[in-house]
Amino acid sequence: MTLLEIVTLILLAIGVFFIAVSAVGLVRLPDLYTRVHAAGKAGTLGIVGVLMGVGVYYITSLSVVVKMVAVIGFFFLTAPVAAHMIDRAAFLTGVKPVEGTRPNELAGRYDPETRRLS
Amino acid sequence: MSLFQTAVAALMFVLSLSLGAAVWRLLRGPSIPDRTTALDLIVNHIVGLVAMFVIISGQVVLIDVVIVISVLGFLGTVAIARFIEVGRS
Repeated sequence: MTLLEIVTLILLAIGVFFIAVSAVGLVRLPDLYTRVHAAGKAGTLGIVGVLMGVGVYYITSLSVVVKMVAVIGFFFLTAPVAAHMIDRAAFLTGVKPVEGTRPNELAGRYDPETRRLS
Repeated sequence: MSLFQTAVAALMFVLSLSLGAAVWRLLRGPSIPDRTTALDLIVNHIVGLVAMFVIISGQVVLIDVVIVISVLGFLGTVAIARFIEVGRS
């Protein structure tokens, strides 16, 4: 194996490890908010690792590298937005956090009609 | 297959097992936001699998598939979250 392939394998392995950790968290964590936390952060880091591996493997092709950088930027921009939208929708429709979540500072502070903080 | 391609295929196998865990949460999840989160993570898995398949097969054209799937996953997640929040009147 060349050095390029070794670096690619290391990056791919880091990415696959973090995505797998994220899936384990999705299965084992106790309530919705902790699960979104696992999928939103570890999952994003893992997919960025995999895409960086692809970009390093095709380092001589400019178009592939540019596309990979664009997709990585897209993931960093959109993953927090998606996670926050899921959490907000869940909180507004009354999904309860796990027993012992304290302080729960948002409890009772949303106006149910206008869906804004009072 | 060379040793490098075999190693990448092994990583794809590990990612498939992890995809099974995410699908388990998608089927079981007690609430709809749980399923939406699982769907988001499944899209991440598929993007990773396609990206590694690009390396194994050498078909650089498939990079565009990665872009399309990631955009579709984000839009789907936002649409479902929006539906949960305001769509039940």
